[in-house]
Amino acid sequence: MATSTPSSFASFWTAFRRNRGALLGLWTVLAIVCIAAMAPWLAPYGPTLTDNQVFLTPPAWQSGGSAAHWLGTDAIGRDILSRLMHGARLSLTIGVAVVAISVVLGCALGLAAGYLRGVFDMVVMRCMDVILTLPSLLLAIVIVAILGPGLVNAMLAVAIVVLPHYVRITRAAVLAEAQRDFVTAARLSGAGHLRLMLVEILPNCAAPLIVQASLGLSTAILDAAALGFLGLGAQPPLPEWGTMLADAREFVLRAWWVVTFPGLAILVTVLAFNLLGDGLRDALDPKLKR
Amino acid sequence: MPAAAPMHPFARLLELADLQVDFPSDQGVLHAVDGLSLQLHAGEVLGIVGESGSGKSVAMMALMGLLSFPAQMRATRMQFAGQDLLHASAAQRRAITGKDMAMIFQDPMSSLNPSFTVAYQLSETLRLHLGMDARAARNHAATLLAQVGIADAASRLDAYPHQLSGGMCQRVMIAMAIACQPQLLIADEPTTALDVTVQAQILELLAQLQRTHGMAMVLISHDMGVVSQVAQRVAVMYAGQVVEVQEAGALFDAPRHPYTQALLQAMPQRSQGAKRLATIPGMVPGVADRPSGCLFAPRCAHAQTACNTPAPIHRDGGSQVRCHFPLHPLGAIA
Amino acid sequence: MNPVQPAQVVVQATSLGQTFRIGRGLLRAPALLRAVHDVSFSISAGKTLAVVGESGCGKSTLARMVALAQEPTTGALALHGVQVLGARGTALSVARRAVQMVFQNPYGSLNPRQRIGHILEAPLQINTRLAAPERRALVAQMLERVGLRAETAERYPHMFSGGQRQRIAIARALMLSPALVVADEPVSALDVSIQAQILNLLQDLQEALGLAYLFISHDLGVVRHIADEVLVMYLGNTMEQGDKNLVFEAPLHPYTQALLASTPALGRPAAPRPTRLLQGEIPSPLAPPAGCVFASRCPHATSRCHQERPALAPLHGRLIACHEAARLAASP
Repeated sequence: MATSTPSSFASFWTAFRRNRGALLGLWTVLAIVCIAAMAPWLAPYGPTLTDNQVFLTPPAWQSGGSAAHWLGTDAIGRDILSRLMHGARLSLTIGVAVVAISVVLGCALGLAAGYLRGVFDMVVMRCMDVILTLPSLLLAIVIVAILGPGLVNAMLAVAIVVLPHYVRITRAAVLAEAQRDFVTAARLSGAGHLRLMLVEILPNCAAPLIVQASLGLSTAILDAAALGFLGLGAQPPLPEWGTMLADAREFVLRAWWVVTFPGLAILVTVLAFNLLGDGLRDALDPKLKR
Repeated sequence: MPAAAPMHPFARLLELADLQVDFPSDQGVLHAVDGLSLQLHAGEVLGIVGESGSGKSVAMMALMGLLSFPAQMRATRMQFAGQDLLHASAAQRRAITGKDMAMIFQDPMSSLNPSFTVAYQLSETLRLHLGMDARAARNHAATLLAQVGIADAASRLDAYPHQLSGGMCQRVMIAMAIACQPQLLIADEPTTALDVTVQAQILELLAQLQRTHGMAMVLISHDMGVVSQVAQRVAVMYAGQVVEVQEAGALFDAPRHPYTQALLQAMPQRSQGAKRLATIPGMVPGVADRPSGCLFAPRCAHAQTACNTPAPIHRDGGSQVRCHFPLHPLGAIA
Repeated sequence: MNPVQPAQVVVQATSLGQTFRIGRGLLRAPALLRAVHDVSFSISAGKTLAVVGESGCGKSTLARMVALAQEPTTGALALHGVQVLGARGTALSVARRAVQMVFQNPYGSLNPRQRIGHILEAPLQINTRLAAPERRALVAQMLERVGLRAETAERYPHMFSGGQRQRIAIARALMLSPALVVADEPVSALDVSIQAQILNLLQDLQEALGLAYLFISHDLGVVRHIADEVLVMYLGNTMEQGDKNLVFEAPLHPYTQALLASTPALGRPAAPRPTRLLQGEIPSPLAPPAGCVFASRCPHATSRCHQERPALAPLHGRLIACHEAARLAASP
C-alpha cells in the first residue's frame, strides 16, 4: 500500500558516495583509526624507547638512513614512525573526548535554552557570546594556565572553547523543530517537557550536530596540537604530535624530518576529518536533496 | 466573466506536440510529462486542471525553458508565434520569454525578491525588454500598478514585498508579467495561496486584462471552479498525460473521460446533499507501478480488457480525449 | 464506544478571547494583537461545527484554544460540563483525553524519526498503564479502523502519501477516545480525490464513535458538505453563526454573502458577479477599526457601523453581528 522507498541510511549513503572528496576523507580517517588501534602491534618500536646510538638518523631513503627507522629518529633516538603511530592514538582520543564533552554539554544547554526560552535562554546565549568574542586559542591558553598544563586540562580547555558552536546549532535546530505540529500533537497527548525535549525534538536536530562534530574533531586535534606545541598540552615524553613539534623546533634546519612528519600527520588528519565533515553535511542537508 | 472570442481563429499561437519530460531517479525514470500535445490560438484562454503529480506545472515550465538538470526534455514540435523554441539558442529563448511569453507563479510572497522595492523589480523588466531609461520606466511602472488595480500606485512603488499583502504581491507579479504586453500569459496556480475573496478579485483582474490586451492565457489549477470562471477550453491532465480537452461548459456538464467524471463527482460541491462523497479508488501511479496500457485503467470504473493497451487519442477540432471507451463519442480517431 | 444521547453537549465555549502581546523592544509598550474576540459556541455529540473565514480571522487561534494547546486570555471553556481553563496536573490530563487535534499539514504533523506504531502508542504510553502487547493491539485496531493495514505500524512517515498520513494523524487523535476532535484544515493540503476519501472517513468515524467535530476550513464547498452548524469569522470576531442550511441558503451578513459570492462555482456564473466582489484588503489586527470590524469593506456600512460594534443577536433563526442585517433582510 505504501510506496517502497530505500531506508534513510541507504539514501544517505548513495548521496555521500557521490562526493569523491568525502570518500577520500572517509578512507583516510578509517586508515588512521586502524593505525591508532593497532599501534602497539604495528609500531616497530616503543614510543618512548630511546637509543643514543641512532639519534637524528635521517629517513630510510636519504643517505645515512637505514631501514630500521623508516622515518628517521629524533634528538634522543626515538623512532619517529612509532611515535607518530602512538601519537595517532593520542590525537584521536583527544578529538573524540573533546567532541564528546562539548556535544553532550552543548546539546544539553542548547536544548534547554531553545525549549525554555525566556531568561534562561538569554543568560546562556550571552555567556556563549562572551566565549565567542575571545580568540579561541588565547582563551584555551588562559584556561590551561589556570588549571595547569597537562593533557586532560588541555582537552577541557578546548572543549570549553568550542562549546558555543554546539550550543548555537542545537538551539537553532530546537527553535525550528519546537514549532512543528508533531511536537504540539505530542504535547496535546500529555507529554511532559522532558519527553518533548528528548524524544520528540532532539532526534530531529541530529544532522547539523553530526556535521559540526566531525568538523569539530579536526579543530580539537589542531587546537590540542597547538597547546602541545606551546608546552601547555600533553607533556613530554607523550608522543602527541604537537608536543613532538615543540621538541623539534631547534632542528628545523639540521634535521627536517623531525619537524616535517609530525606536521604532515596533523595536516593529513585534519584534512581528512574536514573532507568527511563536508561530505556529511552535503549528504545530510535536506535542501540539497531532490 | 468569460473571455472574448479569439481574434484570429486560424492563428496558432502555441503549438506543442508530444512533449516529454523525464526525471531520472533511483527507482527508475519518472515520466513527469508523457506525450503532451496542445494547441493554443491567439487571444484564447486555456485552463489546465490536474491533481498533484499530473505534470501540469512541469509542462509549462518546460515550455518557458525553466527546467534545469536533472530534467530531460524532448518534443516533436514546440512553436510559439511561428518561432521554433526547440532548436533556439539560450539567447534567442531569453528574448522571447519574458517579453512575448510571461509566467506568474503560485506563491506571490516568494516570487518577488524581498531585497528590492517594487519599483526596482518592475523597472528591471521594462529596461531589459523595452529599453526604457530609469525615469520612463518608473512612470510606466506606476501606470502598470494602476492597471492592475493597486490604489495609490505612486506611493506603493517604493514598498518592499514584505510590506504588501499576498493579494497585492500577486497584482505586482501580474503587472510585471503584462509590462511588455506579452502574447501569452501562463498563470501557474495564481490564486491558490490567496484568500477566496482576494482570489475572486485576481481572477476578475486576469480576465479583464486578457480582454483588454487580447493576450492568450494558460491558467493552471487544481481547482476546477477557478478554471471554469476564466477558461474557454479546459485540458485535464493525469499522471503526465492529457486525458481530455474540451470546451469549458461542455466539460463540466458532460465529461468524456472517466477520470474527469470521477474528479467532478468527488468534489463536495457536486455531492448534491449525499452523505458520502464519491471517491476514486487506488492512487496515482508512481515510478514503480506505471501501467503499460491506459494509465487510469487500474482505477477506472469502466475499465475493460482492451484498456491494457495504451489509449488512443480521439481528436475533433480543439477537443481531444485519450480513452478506449469515451463516455461520449468524439469525432474521428487521430 | 457507548452510544451517547444525541443532545449531550460535549463542549461549551463562552466568550473566548485571545490577545497576543507583541514586544516592540525594551523601551516601548508591547503592541496588542487581538486574534480572537468574544467567540461562543456549543457542540453536541455527533455534530460538526465548522468555522470559516479567511487568513487572519483567528480561526486557527480559536482551534488551538479549544484543543487546549493555548490558554485563552479571556473566556471560559467547558468539556462535558467541567470547566477546563486554568486546569493543571491531573485535571489537565483528564481534559486532554477529552479533546484532540488533527493538523493541516500532513507532512509536518508526524515525527519523521519515529515509526507509525510508536507515534500511535505514545498517547497510550503517557496516559494509561497498559502493557506493551495491549498497546500494540489497540494500535493495530485503530490502523484498521482508518483504512490502513496493521503491518504499516513498522514504517516511517515518509513512506506514506499525504492522504495516508492524514489517516494516521486521525488515528493518533482517536487513540485516547476523545469526545471532541478539533480538525484544523485537515483536507486543505490534499487533492480533491483524496480529500473525498478523508471526508468520508471523518464522517464514518463520527457516526460510529459519536464524535463532535470543530472543523476549521476556508473551503466553503467542504464546509457545506460536512458541517451541521457554521460560524463565520472575520478579524477575530463572529459575523454570523447558525445552522448550515440557513446560513448558506440565505446568508444575512454582508461578509457571508461576499464569501459565498466569491467562491468559484462550476460552470458559468448566473448572477452578475462584479458587483458582489469584495474590494480592498483585510485591516491589520494590530489596529482593528473602531466599530464593526467589517465596516471598512462593507458595501452597506453606515456611520453607526463605523462607530459602534454590533453585538451578536438572533435574527431569522441564526446569530448575526450586524447593525443593518434586519433592514437588509427585510428589503428584497
